[in-house]
Amino acid sequence: MADEVIDKAAAKDRVKRKKAVKDRWWAVAFIAPSFLLVAVFVYGFIGWTGYVSLSNWNSLTPDFSFAGLANYIYLFQDFRFQADLRNTLFFTLLFIGFVIVSGLGLAVLIDQKLKAETLFRNIFLFPMALSFVVTGVVWQWLLNPSTGYNTFLAFFGIQPLWYTDTTILGGFQWGSIEFGLPVAIIALVIAAVWQMTGFSLAMYLAGLRGIPEELREAARVDGASEWKVYMKVVIPLLLPITVSVVIIMAHISLKIFDLVYAMTGSGANFVTDVPGVYMFETTFRANYYANGAAIAMVMLILVAVFIVPYLLANRRREG
Amino acid sequence: MAIRLTPVFKYALAIFMSLLFLSPIYVIVVTSLKPLDEVSLATMWAFPTAIDFSSYAEAFSALAPNLANSLYLVIPATILSALLGAMNGYVLSKWKFKGSEILFTVLLFGMFIPYQSILIPLIQFLRTIELYNSIPGLILTHVVYGLPITTLMFRNFYANIPDTMIEAAKIDGAGFLQIFRRVIIPLSITGFVVVAIWQFTNIWNEFLFAVTITNADSQPVMVALQNLSGSQIVQWNVQMAGAMLAALPTLIVYIVLGRYFVRGLLAGSVKG
Repeated sequence: MADEVIDKAAAKDRVKRKKAVKDRWWAVAFIAPSFLLVAVFVYGFIGWTGYVSLSNWNSLTPDFSFAGLANYIYLFQDFRFQADLRNTLFFTLLFIGFVIVSGLGLAVLIDQKLKAETLFRNIFLFPMALSFVVTGVVWQWLLNPSTGYNTFLAFFGIQPLWYTDTTILGGFQWGSIEFGLPVAIIALVIAAVWQMTGFSLAMYLAGLRGIPEELREAARVDGASEWKVYMKVVIPLLLPITVSVVIIMAHISLKIFDLVYAMTGSGANFVTDVPGVYMFETTFRANYYANGAAIAMVMLILVAVFIVPYLLANRRREG
Repeated sequence: MAIRLTPVFKYALAIFMSLLFLSPIYVIVVTSLKPLDEVSLATMWAFPTAIDFSSYAEAFSALAPNLANSLYLVIPATILSALLGAMNGYVLSKWKFKGSEILFTVLLFGMFIPYQSILIPLIQFLRTIELYNSIPGLILTHVVYGLPITTLMFRNFYANIPDTMIEAAKIDGAGFLQIFRRVIIPLSITGFVVVAIWQFTNIWNEFLFAVTITNADSQPVMVALQNLSGSQIVQWNVQMAGAMLAALPTLIVYIVLGRYFVRGLLAGSVKG
């Protein structure tokens, strides 16, 4: 009798364990295809691009003979690529700065218990739903020196040349380029900020809503002005969100291609060129595959510098 | 320094900023409704004297095949990447194993890479399997590179389903598949809506893959729009009508389901 009970329990245990093993296999079967695809299409292909970037494949026919770092050395001495790095640096700084300021500003404004708050929020957010190509096509006209916003600015007697301006502000010779702020980049920044402000606005608004009203109330009771409440209480609490916004915007900015391609192209003296456009044109229009691969690897490294620490920090915070 | 914004100032600022944000849309709409002889640089901001849909007719006849291509691309790609994302998210949130968190991080990295860094091998690969210059090739591409974001979204979504529900189902004798079918999927409707909207918008708007993987016949609408605006012969009222047509599907989704769009936007950036 007692033996039977034990047998039964043992049998039940076996069934249960068998089931658990089966469940494990199902779990593996669920994720294996995706992970295999990502292993090949992301990591395998990056490795392959790295290999191409070290080869002599600079014509239509593949040539995988080893070229060492020749393609990279060529790039860093190249006028166009130096201009690209300069443009990317200034575009990224201005773009991130303005996206944060405008997103935070609008979030605070909307958070003032405005009537029609949903309407305002939707207006600031809708450009996020558009393609960079549409944005580029439209802003190409809005910032055209002979029409667009210049029609209004004429009242104030200013007629910026926008993306056709070839001035480099504060320029000094550096390598083969003039280093400084390319004025034409500002036109691209304006279009990109118009499109992406909604992102930081949504992030900051969610963040503001997450700050308990009591915290602000307590500061007010202590006699802090509304300005101080924001500077000393609210904005510091929003720091993690600011970090996320900076990282996400930085990676968008470093790999930007479609907006520039649709709106301005490379520009005279490459004042609006970026690595994404250079990579596309040199690889797929001129068949310099190894050069294109080298540009892509530089872009990847720039993005990874931002993203990898961010992902690892996220991992630690969760784990 | 005490800043108390007066209500008048607040609304004035909000309305001014709104007008600024809407001005590009105003230009698109107004220009696209003008007949050709009214389209001039000097009168960009002026209202059309009579509403004329001929630029839409012209833009539509130019873009129609590409709009269709975009639909053939975006629907299967969205469904497939959402399904795979749900499967991965389920395992990575409810069946965690040793190393699953590291695997997840390894997967997430794929979301941030510049796609230029995989483009050359991707095209070689698509040529080899004879999917280069085809919509199925583009579908495959978007499904694969959509996996990190859809997995992330579903994983975060499923993290909110209490583990006790899974435990209870297990005690009732349900296994891995039954729990997925009877507990997880019925609770996933919102998750699928958010992910589907996100993927739909992103794939519809995508340009780099579209312009490098497809030629003439299989080009999605964004490539065709770019070609339209790049050509000298096409008047810019037609360009604006084209921009409007290309933007309309995602704009409608945003207007109707904006709430879910914003949830997707937040889910894609804040982890866990």
